[in-house]
Amino acid sequence: MSKHDDDTFIEMKGIGKQYGGVTALEDVDFRVKSGEAICLAGENGSGKSTLIKILVGVEQPTSGQIFIDGKSYNHLNPRQAAAVGISVIFQDFSLFSNLTVAENIAFATHLSEKKRLFDRSATRRIAQEALDRIGVEIDLDARVETIPVAHKQLVAICRGLASNARLIIMDEPTTALTGREVQALLRIIRKLKDSGIAVVFVSHKLAEVLEVCEEVFVLRNGTNVADGPACDFDAASLTRHMTGRNISEAKPPLNIDQAKNLLVVDQLGKLGAFEDIDFELKEGEVLGISGVLGSGRTALAKALFGLVAPDRGSIALSGKNVALGNPIAATQAGIGYVPEDRLTEGLFLTQSIIRNVSVGRFDHHRSGGFLDLASLVNEARGWIEKLRIKAPDFEAEVKSLSGGNQQRVALARWLSQAPRVLVLNGPSVGVDVGSKADIHAIIRELAESGIGIVVISDDLPELLATCGRILMMKDGRIDSIVMAEETNEIELAAKLAS
Amino acid sequence: MKIFFWKSLATKNETLVAVVIVAFCLLATFSDPLFLSVTTLTDLLRASVVIGILAVAAMMVLISGGIDVSFTAIAVFAMYSTTVLTLGVMPDMPWYCIFAISIGIGAILGAINGFFVVICRLPTLIVTLGTLSVFRGFLLTFIGSQRISALPPEMRGFSRMMITRGTTEAGSFYAIPWAVAALVIVVLLTLFILHKTMLGRSIFAIGGSLESARRIGINVRGAQFFVYCYVGALAGLAGIIHGAMGRMADPFSLVGLELSVIAAVVLGGARLIGGYGTLTGTLLGVSLIVLVENSLIVVGIPSTWQFVTIGLLILLGTGLPAWQAKRAAAKSA
Amino acid sequence: MTLHLLTKQNASTPEFRLAIIAIVVFITMSALSPDRFLSSQNIVSMAFQFPEFAILALAMTITMMTGGIDLSVVGVANLTAVISALILVNFAGADATGMVALLWLFAAFASAVLVGALSGLFNGILVARLGLPPILATLGSGLVFTGIAVAMTGGSAVMGFPDVVAWIGNAQVLLVPVPLIIFVLLAAALHVILTKTSFGLQATMYGANPLAALFAAIDINKLLIRVYVISGVLSSIAGMVIMSRANSAKADYGSSYLLLAVLIAVLGGVNPYGGYGRVMGVVLAVLSMQFLSSGLNMLQVSNFARELIWGALLIFVMVVNTADWSRFGKAKSGY
Repeated sequence: MSKHDDDTFIEMKGIGKQYGGVTALEDVDFRVKSGEAICLAGENGSGKSTLIKILVGVEQPTSGQIFIDGKSYNHLNPRQAAAVGISVIFQDFSLFSNLTVAENIAFATHLSEKKRLFDRSATRRIAQEALDRIGVEIDLDARVETIPVAHKQLVAICRGLASNARLIIMDEPTTALTGREVQALLRIIRKLKDSGIAVVFVSHKLAEVLEVCEEVFVLRNGTNVADGPACDFDAASLTRHMTGRNISEAKPPLNIDQAKNLLVVDQLGKLGAFEDIDFELKEGEVLGISGVLGSGRTALAKALFGLVAPDRGSIALSGKNVALGNPIAATQAGIGYVPEDRLTEGLFLTQSIIRNVSVGRFDHHRSGGFLDLASLVNEARGWIEKLRIKAPDFEAEVKSLSGGNQQRVALARWLSQAPRVLVLNGPSVGVDVGSKADIHAIIRELAESGIGIVVISDDLPELLATCGRILMMKDGRIDSIVMAEETNEIELAAKLAS
Repeated sequence: MKIFFWKSLATKNETLVAVVIVAFCLLATFSDPLFLSVTTLTDLLRASVVIGILAVAAMMVLISGGIDVSFTAIAVFAMYSTTVLTLGVMPDMPWYCIFAISIGIGAILGAINGFFVVICRLPTLIVTLGTLSVFRGFLLTFIGSQRISALPPEMRGFSRMMITRGTTEAGSFYAIPWAVAALVIVVLLTLFILHKTMLGRSIFAIGGSLESARRIGINVRGAQFFVYCYVGALAGLAGIIHGAMGRMADPFSLVGLELSVIAAVVLGGARLIGGYGTLTGTLLGVSLIVLVENSLIVVGIPSTWQFVTIGLLILLGTGLPAWQAKRAAAKSA
Repeated sequence: MTLHLLTKQNASTPEFRLAIIAIVVFITMSALSPDRFLSSQNIVSMAFQFPEFAILALAMTITMMTGGIDLSVVGVANLTAVISALILVNFAGADATGMVALLWLFAAFASAVLVGALSGLFNGILVARLGLPPILATLGSGLVFTGIAVAMTGGSAVMGFPDVVAWIGNAQVLLVPVPLIIFVLLAAALHVILTKTSFGLQATMYGANPLAALFAAIDINKLLIRVYVISGVLSSIAGMVIMSRANSAKADYGSSYLLLAVLIAVLGGVNPYGGYGRVMGVVLAVLSMQFLSSGLNMLQVSNFARELIWGALLIFVMVVNTADWSRFGKAKSGY
C-alpha cells in the first residue's frame, strides 16, 4: 500500500501511542530517506522521544504501521531495529568510560557477530575503519574517560557506523558541544549523508543543525504540526511551531533605573570555563544570561552560587564581597540557586514535598535545639499555597508531582529563605506550556518585590518574556549585552548561532 | 598533560603498592640479611596461595560492579562438606576428584548468590552478607562442627606433592608445593576470561555502565550469573587447598578473612564502583598483605602492630587516589 | 496532626511488616515452649543479651541513613573498652571501692566516649574531607582501631576491675536490666535526633540525594563528620556494655557483631543506599532476632543454626521488600 520512492528507507504511517489514558502520539506519518538529515523538533513531552522509542523497538505503537525497505511491520523489537541498521546515539552517549576507544566502537559489532572470543586486532581494525569513514583521528587505545566530550560523541557515531548503521538518530546532539565542535560535527554529518546514511536529529533547539538538514518535522502534543523542506524554516518559525505561540508574553516594563546595584561581579574568571566576566545586577532587575552550551553560562551560574570556584575576580552583594566557591557562604549572603537538572540536582525525589520546600529553613525553626515542626510545616505550607503547587498530599514524595509543580517546589525552597539574588538555571526546562507562563509570572512578581534575578536559559522567548537585559556568552566571555525591548527572537537566534 | 595525569592515576595503586613492597623488602634485608632468601620467598609464596585465589575471585566481582563477602563461607563450606562426603563415600578418591567436588559445591553456592543478585535484583552486599551466615550456619548445623584431622589420604598426599624442594647452602629447608600451580592456573584462566573472551569484556562493560551494557545488547544477567558462579568455584578450590595444606578440615577457619581479601584487591587498584581491576594489581595487593602478615617483625615492627599496618595501608592506598580525584573534580568546572 | 506530618513517609512501611514478624515469632516461640520462653528468667536474660549489639546496630543505622556504612563499629567498641579497662586496672585496681571506684569508673567511661568520638571524627574526615568510599574508609580504620587495641594489650584480655564495673552490665533497676535501660535511652535519643533536629533531617535528605544536598547549601562536610562521630560515640557505649558484661576487655570481642549490626539495620528497614530508616524499625528487628534466637535456644537449636536463620531472615525480608528496593537499585546499581 505504501508508494515509496526508491530511496525511502523507513516510513512510519498513522502511528499512535497511548499510555493508559494519555495519548502520547496521534496519527503521525514520518519518513526517512537514505542519505537525508531530518530535524525532529518538539518541546519536552511533545512525543518526539516516544516516536524514537517506537522506531528503535523499545516501545510498541498502539496503532499504525512501519515500513522498512518496503517491508511492513506492526512493530519492531530492538534486535530487528538494530539488524536493519537503526542506531541511536543517546544524549549521554552510553559509552563505557573504563574501556578503550577501540573497544567501545567495536563492542556492538562483536556482539552481533556472536563472537565468543575477544580479538584485539579485529577490534582495532573495525574501530580504525569507522574512524576513517568520518575522517577523524582519535587514539584507539585511550580510555574513553580520558577523551573530551566531543570525541566521545564521535566514538558513539563510529559505534553506529561499525555496526552498519543506515540511520543514526542523535538525541540532543549539540547540547554538550562548543560552537567549533558543532561545526566539526556538521562536517561529519555531511560525510555520513554522502555515504547514504540517514540522520535524525532529535532536539528542542535545532537552530544549530538546521543548515545540514533536508527536512524538518515538528511535533507538538503528540501530533505533527509542521513539516517540510528545511529551507522553509528558521529558528524563529521552529520555535513558534514547537511552542504554538506567536507572540511573546506581554511584559510590564520594570522601572529599575533608580534602583541600587545589588550584585556586582568583577573580572570573574575560571581557567577553561569563563573569563573577564563583569556585570552588575540591580534590585528588582531580571538579567538574562544566554549562549550555547559550552559557552560557559552554566559554569558562571554555578560560580555565582559557589558551586564552582573561580580562579580570580570577585562577587559582591551590596558592596560586601561574597566568599567564592562556597555555596553555604553564598546562601548566607542571600544568593539562591535553582539548578538546571531538577531530578538529580534540585530535588530529593523520595522525600516529602514539605521536606523539599523546608530543607533550607531547618536552622530557623529551632526551639531548644529541636525543630519546631509545627511552625516549619506551617511556613512550608504557606509557600506551597502561595506558589499554587497542586498536590493531593503535601507529605507525598516529590517525585509524584508534574514537572511544573516540581519546579515550583524548587522555587519555593529558595523563596522561603528570602534571598536577595536568585539564580535560575533553565527555569522552565521540561515544564508544560501552562506552567511555564505561571513560572514567568512568578519571576516578574519576585522582581517587583525587589529581588535581583539572573535567568540562565537558551529558551529565547523565555528570556524575552522575563528579562530586561540579556548577556550573550560565547567561548567563556560576555560577547554582547542586549536590551530585551530592542530585540526580537530572530535577532537573538542569529546572535546565538553566530 | 591531562591524559598523562589520568593514566598515572589509573596505574597509581599498582606502582604505589609495588614501591611499598620493594621498600619493605629492602628494609627487611637491611635489618636481617637472611630475609632475602629462597626459604622466605617460598614460605611467602605458600602463604599467598589461598588468599591469592580468593582475591582473584573477589576482584572479578568488583570488576562487574558488585561486591561479595560470602566467598570465605563458600570456601569453608565446600572444603568441609567435600571432606565429609569423601570420607563417608569413598575415602580413597583421587585428589583431583576431591578438588572437582569442592569446586562444584562452590559453584552451586555461588549460583545461589547469583540467583538473588540477578533474578531478585537485591543489592549484592546485603545478599552476600546474608548468604555468608546462611552458608556458615548450614555447614555448622547440618554438616558438622568438629575439626577433622584424619583427612582422606589423597588430600594429605596432595599437600606433600612438591614442585621442587631442597636445602639452601645456609642449610635452611625450602619447598614449593603444587598448590602454587593452582594459583598460577587460576590467574592464567582469569586473565584469559577477562581479556580474551567477549564474556570477560562484557563483565568490564557491565561494571563500567550497566545501563549502556543493556542498551548495546550485552547479556547482562548471564554475565553477572557467571561471575557469581565463577567466584563460588574459585572459593571452592581455595577452600580445599586450604584444607589440604593445613592438613585439617576446620569448619571455623577462613570466615573472617573476607575483608582482608577485599582490602588486598582494593589496594591493587580495583574500584568499588566497578569496571576497574587488574590481576597484576591484585597479586601485588595480596603480596603486600601476606608480607605484612608474615614478616612485619623483620622490619622491626612488633607483630602486634600488624592490624594497624594493614589498616593504614588500606587507608593510604584508597585515600590517595580518592583525594586526587576529588581535587581534580574541583579543578574542572 | 501537623507534628507527625514531617516524619510520616509511606503507609506500607517496613516497620509494619517487622512488627508483625516480631509478634508472630513471639507467639510461635511462646506456643512451642510456653513455660520456658515466657519464664521471667528467660525474658530477663534476653534483655541482658541484646543491648550490646543493638547499640552497634544504632550506630550502623545513622551511617546507613546517609548512604554510608560503618564497618569500624566493633573496632571502636573494643578499642574504647580496652582503653577504659587499662585506666580501671592501672589507676583504680580490683580492690577500689566506694567513691574512688566510682570516680575512676566515670573517668574511664568519659575517656571511652572521648576516644569513640575521636575515632568517629577520624572516619568522618576520611569520608567527608578525603572523599573515601565509606566502606573502605571504615574497613581500613576498623583495622587500625582493632590494631591499636591489640598493640596496647598484646592481644590478651584486660581484667581485674573494681566490682562496680560489673554493675553496668549485670544489675537491674526495678527489675529492668541496666544494659536495656541504656539501649532504650540511646534509641530514644537517636530517634529524636533523626526526626526532630535539623541535623537529623538533613542527614536523611543527604542520604536521599547527596547532589541535591550540595545544591541546597547543606554543609555536607560538617554533616558527615557529625554522623560518624555519633556512630563512634554509640560504638564506644556498646564497648562499655560489652566490657562490663564480660568484666574484661579484649581486642577481638564481639567479632560477629559487625555482621549482626548490618543485618539488624537492614532488617529494620534502613535503606543501605541512604534516605530512609526508622529507629522503631531497628528496635523491632532487634526484638525479632532476640525472640527468635532465644526461642531457638530453648528448643535446643545450636548457636550455628541461629546464624543460618538470621541470614535467611535477612534475605527473606529483602525479597519481600523487593518492590521497594528495585527503585533504589535502578538509580545506583551495585554497591
